[in-house]
Amino acid sequence: MDKLKINIGSLELKNPVMTASGTFGYGEEYMDFYDVQTLGGIIVKGTTGEKREGNPAVRMCETPMGMINAVGLQNKGVDYFCSTIYPRIKDYKTNVIVNVSGSSIEEYRTVAEKVAQLENIPAIELNISCPNVKKGGMGFGTNPQMAAEVVSEVRKVYPKHLIVKLTPNVTSIAEIATAVEAAGADSISMINTVLAMAVDAEKRKAVLSTITAGLSGPAIKPIGLRCVYQASKAVKIPIIGLGGISNATDAIEYILAGASAIQIGTQNFVNPTVGKEVIEGMKEYLDRHNIAHIWDIRGVI
Amino acid sequence: MKHCNDFTVLENETVNSSFFKLRLKSEQPLCEIKAGQFVELKVQEPNSVLLRRPISIHDIDKSNNEMVLLIQKAGKGTNILSTLKKGERVNMIYPLGNGFECKGKSVLLVGGGVGTAPLLFLAKQFAQINIKPKVLLGFRSKDQLMDTTEFAKYAEVFISTQDGSVGEQGLVTENSVFARSFDAVYTCGPTPMMKAVAKSCEERNIDCFVSLENKMACGIGACLCCVQQTTSGHRCTCTEGPVFQSKEIVW
Repeated sequence: MDKLKINIGSLELKNPVMTASGTFGYGEEYMDFYDVQTLGGIIVKGTTGEKREGNPAVRMCETPMGMINAVGLQNKGVDYFCSTIYPRIKDYKTNVIVNVSGSSIEEYRTVAEKVAQLENIPAIELNISCPNVKKGGMGFGTNPQMAAEVVSEVRKVYPKHLIVKLTPNVTSIAEIATAVEAAGADSISMINTVLAMAVDAEKRKAVLSTITAGLSGPAIKPIGLRCVYQASKAVKIPIIGLGGISNATDAIEYILAGASAIQIGTQNFVNPTVGKEVIEGMKEYLDRHNIAHIWDIRGVI
Repeated sequence: MKHCNDFTVLENETVNSSFFKLRLKSEQPLCEIKAGQFVELKVQEPNSVLLRRPISIHDIDKSNNEMVLLIQKAGKGTNILSTLKKGERVNMIYPLGNGFECKGKSVLLVGGGVGTAPLLFLAKQFAQINIKPKVLLGFRSKDQLMDTTEFAKYAEVFISTQDGSVGEQGLVTENSVFARSFDAVYTCGPTPMMKAVAKSCEERNIDCFVSLENKMACGIGACLCCVQQTTSGHRCTCTEGPVFQSKEIVW
């Protein structure tokens, strides 16, 4: 499948299809359904400096063609990841990328430094866009100066490929993208979830424990496409597009809008073999249109 | 090993105004499935409802590769599922969750509403090890009642209705059979009911196992949406449950 083989900076991908952080566990959860090593990459669950319990229930609400989640970065912390999870997944024949999350610049730096020591992790995705934590998270991703500061601090301790994940909950995505590019990001992934809310009219209460939380799924695809389009016109570094991708056509749309690669998120919950189907469908699209390489249609809009 | 494949609808039976029963056939031999495990059923109108619906397994006929699901029409997704017709296909991820462990010789199974669904398969599992459990089923009233013939094959059946139209009047915890002593009690139903059952069992030093029905997205431990607060922190209902020892639950 050389038609789909791409490079994102130093990162070599056998195809542009990755799975989004928080939707694919550590890849192991999906091994019963297909060989996840056929993916271009797996972005594992958001990892923080210390263990986090996440937010209280209720954490999830289905909405028209989407879902709102308030999980809040539940994870066992970076030391547990390094000692217990990494040995289980380090020999996957695909790019295993760690989503690095935190509430302070210091925490981001600490996690990035520890993950940098792991030989078989070729990249991190710096999550400055989680809407579900009280401190930090999205706060870093909505202000260009703060975004630049956290990226440049992490850049100092992380020599490998640095992806920065952005939130769509900003006035100008181009401005934030430009700021993180200047601060040393190697690539950008977008979009994280859209800040949203669900209300229960009968109970006269917010559905989710955090009241506001992150919307994902097909409902947000048009927002993701718009963000990727705008950011790709503003920066030179590659963009990894995500938000509501359910099939190969959606993935192709992101490539046409300016993405070099894509991530599949919520659809993994609905169709556990979607990753495999998107890879096959993208290949079929290129064959059907006599396109020599996926690169040839990137950002043509 | 989890599977994801299509089943064919053999029968869609209306049980009462809110429940329906799907009898489904797998084209492949069914894998080992335990009572208390569940499936994630894809709603057949994919542009109408996004997420799958987690549904308890009501019964298994392994020799014929058949599975029975008892489903409550609780919203848009289950209402669409209720229109499935004989011969149509549905996609399922299965079997999910830990399931019940059969413990004790004198056991009581307590179900409320659609929480009765996994208890038939559990009663059958006990019958296979030559234990005849007592089954206590609670319903709001006679029109919510379901046929208990299947239960009666494996268990001694007791009924509570809130209006007293069938069985004893009141809550399941007020039923005379509930006051008896057991080695273990297994329960599934609305949270206030399970909480009351668990509390009473704990006071009487009876092992109590609860099967939770938390809102869920993936069903396989990836999204961490369905967590339950327990004495050892947040745990996934889908992979570490849905069956927990009642003492572990922080209600």
